[in-house]
Amino acid sequence: MPKRNDIHKIMLIGSGPIVIGQACEFDYSGTQACKALREEGYEVVLVNSNPATIMTDPEFADQTYIEPLTIDIIEEIFRCERPDALLPTLGGQTALNLTMELHGAGILERHGVELIGARADVIEKAEDRSLFKAAMTKIGLEVPRSVSVHTMAEALATVDDLGGFPLVIRPGFTLGGTGGGIAFNADQFHDIVDTGLRCSPISEVLIEECINGWKEFELEVIRDRKDNCIVICSIENLDPMGVHTGDSITVAPAQTLTDREYQIMRDAALLVMREIGVETGGSNVQFAIDPTCGRMVVIEMNPRVSRSSALASKATGFPIAKIAAKLAVGYTLDELPNDITRVTPASFEPTIDYVVTKVPRFTFEKFPLSEDLLGTQMKSVGETMSIGKTFKQSLQKALRSLEIGRSGFGADGRDQRFESADDDALAALLELPNSMRLFAVRAAFRRDWSTERVHELTGIDGWFLNHLADLAAYEDEISGAGSLAALREDVALFRQCKEFGYSDRQIAFLLDDTEDHVRAARDALGIHPVYSLVDTCAAEFVAHTPYYYSTYGDFNESVPGPRKKVMILGGGPNRIGQGIEFDYCCVHASYALRELGYESIMVNSNPETVSTDYDTSDKLYFEPLTLEDVLHIYRNEKCSGAIVQFGGQTPLNLATALEANGVQILGTPPCSIEAVEDRKYFQELVDKLGIRQTPNGTAVTVDEAVAVADRIGYPVLVRPSFVLGGRAMVIVYEEVYLRKYMVEAAAAAENRAVLIDHYLENAV
Amino acid sequence: MTSRRDWKAQRSKTAFLALEDGTVMRGYSIGAPIDRIGEVVFNTGLTGYQEILSDPSYCGQFITMTYPEIGNTGINAVDHESRGVFVNGFIIHSLNEPENWRSDESLAAFLKRHDIPAIAGIDTRALTSRIRSKGSLKGYLGVTGAVTEADALEQCTAWAGLDGQDYACKVTCDKMFRWDDISDEASYWGLADTLPPTDLRIVAYDFGIKWNILRNMRICGMDVTVVPATTPADAVLAEKPDGVFFSNGPADPAAVTYAVDNARALIGKVPIMGICLGHQLLGLAAGGDTFRLKFGHHGCNHPVKELETGTIEITSQNHNFAVDPDSVDKSTIDVTHINLNDQTVEGIRHRQEPMFAVQYHPEAGPGPHDPQGLFTRFRDLISQA
Repeated sequence: MPKRNDIHKIMLIGSGPIVIGQACEFDYSGTQACKALREEGYEVVLVNSNPATIMTDPEFADQTYIEPLTIDIIEEIFRCERPDALLPTLGGQTALNLTMELHGAGILERHGVELIGARADVIEKAEDRSLFKAAMTKIGLEVPRSVSVHTMAEALATVDDLGGFPLVIRPGFTLGGTGGGIAFNADQFHDIVDTGLRCSPISEVLIEECINGWKEFELEVIRDRKDNCIVICSIENLDPMGVHTGDSITVAPAQTLTDREYQIMRDAALLVMREIGVETGGSNVQFAIDPTCGRMVVIEMNPRVSRSSALASKATGFPIAKIAAKLAVGYTLDELPNDITRVTPASFEPTIDYVVTKVPRFTFEKFPLSEDLLGTQMKSVGETMSIGKTFKQSLQKALRSLEIGRSGFGADGRDQRFESADDDALAALLELPNSMRLFAVRAAFRRDWSTERVHELTGIDGWFLNHLADLAAYEDEISGAGSLAALREDVALFRQCKEFGYSDRQIAFLLDDTEDHVRAARDALGIHPVYSLVDTCAAEFVAHTPYYYSTYGDFNESVPGPRKKVMILGGGPNRIGQGIEFDYCCVHASYALRELGYESIMVNSNPETVSTDYDTSDKLYFEPLTLEDVLHIYRNEKCSGAIVQFGGQTPLNLATALEANGVQILGTPPCSIEAVEDRKYFQELVDKLGIRQTPNGTAVTVDEAVAVADRIGYPVLVRPSFVLGGRAMVIVYEEVYLRKYMVEAAAAAENRAVLIDHYLENAV
Repeated sequence: MTSRRDWKAQRSKTAFLALEDGTVMRGYSIGAPIDRIGEVVFNTGLTGYQEILSDPSYCGQFITMTYPEIGNTGINAVDHESRGVFVNGFIIHSLNEPENWRSDESLAAFLKRHDIPAIAGIDTRALTSRIRSKGSLKGYLGVTGAVTEADALEQCTAWAGLDGQDYACKVTCDKMFRWDDISDEASYWGLADTLPPTDLRIVAYDFGIKWNILRNMRICGMDVTVVPATTPADAVLAEKPDGVFFSNGPADPAAVTYAVDNARALIGKVPIMGICLGHQLLGLAAGGDTFRLKFGHHGCNHPVKELETGTIEITSQNHNFAVDPDSVDKSTIDVTHINLNDQTVEGIRHRQEPMFAVQYHPEAGPGPHDPQGLFTRFRDLISQA
């Protein structure tokens, strides 16, 4: 069935500002959709309120409106543009909710705008918990037992029927589980239900049996209008039920299901897709499985492209949003080619020959008053993804991609907090899900706790725990070598360290040596990573898209071409103070390089981004932004230079070390970056230029800081160097607080100078 | 702390895979201490190593799993596809300890118990790419240390391989039996109450039949008698079956001449369905030819289009040979299904007689259940005949 000719102008709604639970992944999906629809000759009208997006660049749509996302404004745009159709499934929950409002207010009907992708009744059936539950019951699938309520009195009446506490409270139609939670007693229950009723735009909350601790899975599904249905990717959560999927470490593909069990889940996902009635496009269906007996329940489905679709696209190489947009205008899966192989159709299920790990990025340190506890409400602000041949390799790469100062799964001298905790404190850190729990798991294995005991406390599946225990124990194998010189003699061990994902920094830490020496030792032995293709087909067919990840093996598939190559370092995971804007810059840098005839080489680790779309640059390396990983790529590609200034703080922090290792830094030289970013150098510069500054000084230690503050007088403003968005920046009125905050500032800036200014109160 | 796994011992248990093109890949032994020759193929399924290992169609072959983490769910008592393990060897990247509520045994223990040599630590992507460009390769798996790499290369090059070989006779049952021992499993999967009474008698030729075919036929109300590969057509007809089934199986269909003869004798006398090798045998019986695919289809993600309806199903596949579409007589045989990846024949139907066959595996095990309706179609074929 070819594309539709009865529609010409299609409107897309973006997802607005970045909020927790909705970040740049919808820029990625929206940009893909704009490109896909225009490629087919449709006129695209785009509305989004977020100007830091690629999609709002004038060249991506025929008409772009940067306007608030309200129904009045959309109606006004309908009047001006008279679109034939609205595609609501690529702009996240924001676009979906807005579409439902437009539908409810009769605006779509009034202006004759057809919904394509998913109809309003479909969206409602998937999003409304009671309709969804009825639909699941109809097709013979189990859901957690639950009751939907609209008042506190109704809520209280459900407690006994559902078997008592703990109970889960889920507000209807909210993003990232806002206003929900788990109640372990009557007081908590009252509080959470009250908040939930207020957060839900329809004052509805669902009270549900608690299945915390069960295994959690997600399947990404695509359907076309001829009812061809395929699963793009299965994802398994390392953190069991109880932690929001957005806050969970997740792994693709699913690891702990036999084929029988997986196929039952696949059948269920296709049934859900068909019963809910998503006509075309991508959706995800979430499942939980009781690890003791295999009882499976459906958790929910999103009738739209989601953050996990972005992850699944990057994890498999299958561009879900692009294909979804083409299906929405009438194509069927067999009519669309698989971009990667070119010769096979999109109507297949990707298979992969590596392990993908996503780790969420939290910023609790910026909110000292918010407790580092994870639950059903999403708290992470970004994420990083990594690809490795094995789970061990993939996890270690993901952890060092996080930009939280970690070099991998421990073995980097940053775990004193867990290592020094007594057993009870450690058990508590394992029992209550938190952003650092994985490192507590390592500490538990370091003190020889059994996997059974750690499973009991964390609920993490034994398969993952076995790997974590292996890694914790393997540290002894590495340090057992005694010295780097001895490790050089045991090449099999050295190779295995790298196969298990240990970074040079971790090996250096374990052997009390330096990263540079470890790298030199590897160079001498020729232990280098190879680059493998992400190709949707596990090497069964020749791949044409240059999308790579590193691993240790026999076969390097990334052969440098003859053109001059320039590397662009991306921004890594989103965090507070660094959102989508750096990705915008990197993508444009890549476009500019390509226009100039250079081969652009993108390196990034954030799966939500446009920069990690495989057709943004000439080559894409989905890799951690660390000195070790970046140097390998630079050398493999024989780049002429690297651009560090568009990726935000992450690449800037690498600039000096890269230059010291022979990387030609293009644009602002590292010494100039240093002069601006290092507060001490900057102060000297300002003095030299004769510009007035508040009285100030710099300090590295606590005592130095106190001395500076005494000299310039309280109150003082304390700022570390080389950090983003005011992290650890505070105003201090007394010495006792200065001492306390200096400890934190020093931790954030890793031995760099901290600037102390006199604080000008009431200054304009 | 004490190390949980003895990596050093593992690193020292060296093993190698020598290929006829002269390549030697090194890893470590994780299976039985036996050196063996086989044809190296790769399977791209993410799940299902237990079903794959127990599928008799792999007899004579070394299976390379392209997915690197293997052994995750162990081996359980109910997911077997046959009475034993017929593969010649198993090649993986990384072996894991099992974690699953149904796991009874680790993969390593299972391989050793069934005398299957296996190697881990192989760059399976490098191996897969080699097979993709050169085609299936003869190989030698050396795990005992008794054979040098040079000798191994020589031996595998000299090996006859699977072309022109009848392997069905090696894996078929030795005497006729009735398939009705599904009860345990049926109750495990909650199927016991839903099983219909049997009202059709089927005779199934066992060229290496997968149990999931038998399970599916039972679910469709068929009472199946399984007979050895060489059973003459007369003996089959003497059972007065409502339908006859030609099963999957290993190696080269053209070498199983007795089965082609029996198929020719049965077409038109009784409704027939075939799967995989059975499909090829029926194609040969209808006057067609078969040929060897470069590296075969082995995986769970193959798109198959039914030409009449345009429906696309994601299918499980495992075959090295295929029916040549140009060789069949268009006046008697319709090509009903094609593989969308390479346009090869995935299904045929006799225009005049009640007979159809598919190259893929509608029974799954492992793989998607999309085409399971084909067993109902066999019922329909019988009732219309």
